[in-house]
Amino acid sequence: MSMPFGYASPEQIMRDKADYARKGIARGRSVVVLQYVDGIVFVAPNPSRALHKISEIYDRIGFAAVGRYNEFEELRLGGIRYADINGYTYDRSDVTGRGLANLYASNLGRIFTESIKSLEVEVVVAEVGDTKEGDAIYRLTFDGSVFDEHGFAAMGGQAEAVATRLKERYRESMSLADALEVALTALTEPGGERPPLAQLEVAVLDRNREHRKFLRLTGARLERLLAQTSNPPSSTTPPPAPSAGSEDTPPPTSPPTSPPTGPDGDVDDGSSPL
Amino acid sequence: MASHRDLPVGLVNRLFQNTGSSSFTEFVGSYAPELLPPRDEALATPIGDQVPHATTIVAATFAGGVIMAGDRRATSGNIISQRDVEKVFRADDHSCMGIAGTASTGIEFARLYRVELEHYEKVEGRSMSVQGKANRLATMIRGNLAMAMQGLVVVPLFAAYDPTRDEGRIFSYDVAGGPYEREKFDAIGSGSIFARGSLKKLYREGSTADDMVMTLIQALYDAADDDSATGGPDVTRKIWPIVSVIDADGFRRLSQDEVSGYVQQMLDARLISPDGPIAPLR
Repeated sequence: MSMPFGYASPEQIMRDKADYARKGIARGRSVVVLQYVDGIVFVAPNPSRALHKISEIYDRIGFAAVGRYNEFEELRLGGIRYADINGYTYDRSDVTGRGLANLYASNLGRIFTESIKSLEVEVVVAEVGDTKEGDAIYRLTFDGSVFDEHGFAAMGGQAEAVATRLKERYRESMSLADALEVALTALTEPGGERPPLAQLEVAVLDRNREHRKFLRLTGARLERLLAQTSNPPSSTTPPPAPSAGSEDTPPPTSPPTSPPTGPDGDVDDGSSPL
Repeated sequence: MASHRDLPVGLVNRLFQNTGSSSFTEFVGSYAPELLPPRDEALATPIGDQVPHATTIVAATFAGGVIMAGDRRATSGNIISQRDVEKVFRADDHSCMGIAGTASTGIEFARLYRVELEHYEKVEGRSMSVQGKANRLATMIRGNLAMAMQGLVVVPLFAAYDPTRDEGRIFSYDVAGGPYEREKFDAIGSGSIFARGSLKKLYREGSTADDMVMTLIQALYDAADDDSATGGPDVTRKIWPIVSVIDADGFRRLSQDEVSGYVQQMLDARLISPDGPIAPLR
């Protein structure tokens, strides 16, 4: 053999890096982002209350990520700096989701080609417009590809299965409660148990809000919204009385062992503070 | 023994050098310092009188919150340079600032300060404490001291709702910084002496937001009555003071229609008694 020791073809290197990143991302739990009538809703099963997977970037822009926490946290902070400095230099309306998506894409792409290890992250940059036509959801993968998603996006864990369930149920101009219901159904494997309220991270970009459109939905507010859905999740506190019209569906049965959406692995999914 | 500064790079604990600080001002200062308001430029001549000046701002607490109001006049020397200037700015959901002094510098400060608070909130995932917000503003004002000596004085008034105490708080500043926390009420700007005198007599502990808006409108009128640089309500052009209410529900700027109601009520009463409400003697 004349092949020098340690040689690997560029194709092989790229393939290995991509496989490595894909495996890492698939080990976490899925995150779902979808449009509803007043804007965009982000839903992430997340056992940690401190380490967020969903975050505000700017007035109209939100961010969601899956994968390695320290890596996407770095992206999040970079995005906030980018947005704040542009908004301060020009005007607040001059900060766009497209600009931020391009910034992320070029950085992710550069790291993918130049570093030994690509980032094990996938992110969504979502921007809410004045009307639903102005909404945008960009999904970016570890290699810097940008997908301009229409209506909804799913990533992380068993993303394809989640996206398929999402596609089957997604309708345009749903109410927030309906959108949450669709998101939770998509995030739950058929026959599986829904994540409890305490382990849900939910936020919206609501176009009707003044100034900053981003709002985290927590506590009683989220509980009320989920109670409006026909299939309320199990909660540590006794569930509130079911609203009218929800009697036709029985409360969810909880099988003792149900598969989570994505197999739990050793990738930091935000569940461990370290 | 060599201090850690003398150690070669790599042996130094980098943690405290590159903190990844949550301060936007610090970040801009290192990334694009020319974007920050100038701090120590020597002007050939002081230009204090030639640039528009913002005048009177008043603020007072009420049960469960705080209100800030400002007149609409900007003056350059003896000229009225603008009749409908806005001098009360929303800083974030639970705080606002008003500015007196050089209008342009003040507006720039307000813009920077808003990003500063938001930047911290987004990076840290929590709101800055009210005292932290007040201190941050003090640092910004102190940084402007050299410019203030050149005539570009700007002095803010800061008001915030403190969720940990469920009450409104007011902080005032001087050209070298601060903050000085004020109980009940405070005023800044050229008409502040008259406004403060008026507030002293009209302020009622624990009154409602509605009553306190009226009190502040009265105080602004008293300031405009005696100070030429403070604008009174402009009835013909329908320009009313800016009034912002902050309570547990957040920051809310009253619409011009709402303010017009208060102003009309006050004007009607002043047609009978021009000096305004009379405080009881005993």
